Amino acid sequence: MFRFSRKHLCIPYAVFLILFVIAPLLVVIYYAFTNGQGEFTLNNFANFFTDSNTIGTLLYSMFIALITTAICLFIAYPVAYILARSNFKKKSVLLILFIVPMWINFTLRITAVKEILTFLEGNLAYYPFLNTIIGMTYDFLPFMILPLYTTLEKIDNKLIEASYDLGANPATTFVKVTLPLSLPGIISGVTMVFLPVMTNYVVLDMLYNSTYIMGSLIGSYFNAYDWNNGSIISIILLAIIFVVTIITNRLGNGSEESRGAVL
Amino acid sequence: MIKKIFSASWILIVLLFMYLPIIILAVYSFTKSTTIGAIREFSLNNYKTLFTTEELLTMILGTFLLAIVVSVIAVLLGTMGAIGSFYSSKFSKGFVRTSNQIPVVNADVVTGFSICVLLIVVLGVDKSTYIPLIVGQVVLCAPFVYLSIVPKLKQMDNHLYEAALDLGATPTQALFKIIIPQIIPGIISGFMLSITLSLDDYFITTYTKPATFDTISTYVVNATKGAQTSIKTALWALSTVIFVLVFIVVIVSNINASRKAGEKK
Repeated sequence: MFRFSRKHLCIPYAVFLILFVIAPLLVVIYYAFTNGQGEFTLNNFANFFTDSNTIGTLLYSMFIALITTAICLFIAYPVAYILARSNFKKKSVLLILFIVPMWINFTLRITAVKEILTFLEGNLAYYPFLNTIIGMTYDFLPFMILPLYTTLEKIDNKLIEASYDLGANPATTFVKVTLPLSLPGIISGVTMVFLPVMTNYVVLDMLYNSTYIMGSLIGSYFNAYDWNNGSIISIILLAIIFVVTIITNRLGNGSEESRGAVL
Repeated sequence: MIKKIFSASWILIVLLFMYLPIIILAVYSFTKSTTIGAIREFSLNNYKTLFTTEELLTMILGTFLLAIVVSVIAVLLGTMGAIGSFYSSKFSKGFVRTSNQIPVVNADVVTGFSICVLLIVVLGVDKSTYIPLIVGQVVLCAPFVYLSIVPKLKQMDNHLYEAALDLGATPTQALFKIIIPQIIPGIISGFMLSITLSLDDYFITTYTKPATFDTISTYVVNATKGAQTSIKTALWALSTVIFVLVFIVVIVSNINASRKAGEKK
């Protein structure tokens, strides 16, 4: 006889995950390796890697993601460091100020940036690359500040004092103590910015940058009902995400739940 | 001293960078001007348009209704999944944890596209039933509910549940009287997270939504491409309203949190 126990509670969610997380990925893999007639083929992949346009798109999105991530890190690290190390009583209020934008719809925030940039530059078309970087940084900065703050806040002050007592100057202490200890935060911040930037083509769209990134490719194949090629891009993105996740799990061991804890 | 000045000014500059665009847009939403920089007289026209245009109101209401429906489903599934797998065998636990992680790390574009391919292309589900849209957004949200509940389960004292059973409670009673009350903070934060994720989502929505339905995200993206100025500036008003609402919610919940912390002391 079936007796209810709390472990049976996971059945609906497990079934849901199989149906709507695992199965869609399998279907995408199937489409990536078949042509319009359903025959097995590797041509889709060959086309992607031999077409200079698609390779250019891949490189361009990686470049944008790299620059945005670097700028976010450069802006966010001092912010997180100052907040975490200060004795300021109301620092939790300050931190919230930095996170509030996360809760405002990103298309509305990009609208604001767009209007300001239009005013400053006259015509957005003059600086599409610069505008994209500004828009992406604006969109993703809070996602870099929060994980950095959480790890920096946890660093035991005694370690820093010990470093001073042992004769290290502030610069050495930062490089040898604080920076290595904040590495998990850097890693989770970087993953939360780098990957989404590669695919967030709405920011480019709204700022009139007509160059494609990886996300725009999926969007255009979707509009053309080209499921096979759309699947190829999905698989390539999945592969990149997979590699990045493996690397970051190695480096930051156990910080995988951070995006959940962070929001 | 120099360090202090540097720290304070860095914080200030970054805050200005983050808030100035929203605030300037908010100021201009109260004028007749259609571009930033032009100086026109004060007017509430944008707010009038926002609250009287049926198209805009339906869109906003639809967005919030969708967020609530999605979040309720996501909370039910995610909570059951978290509790169930936490007490399951190593294999089922590992399976749920790993597959739960897929939508979290995956790009939303890929999640949306893959759900669209499975449900709409392969299974032929009609988009206008809203099923693909709701399923897609639940895939986005439920994993975060799961992730916000698991830490609470880890903190919980397992003996309480055992004690409840020893004292004659049925597993269902023990679940509702012992486990749920202890993880309720996780459930609430999971729900709030779902709401914000759903409201903010663009990618999954575009790939799965019915053709005639728009959320704030998809609507704004189309509106910025369109030439209708009155709609464009009405969206400035919407941005201002949302900004103010978010601020009020944050302040209120913060006052509550600090009051609770004060009581504990």
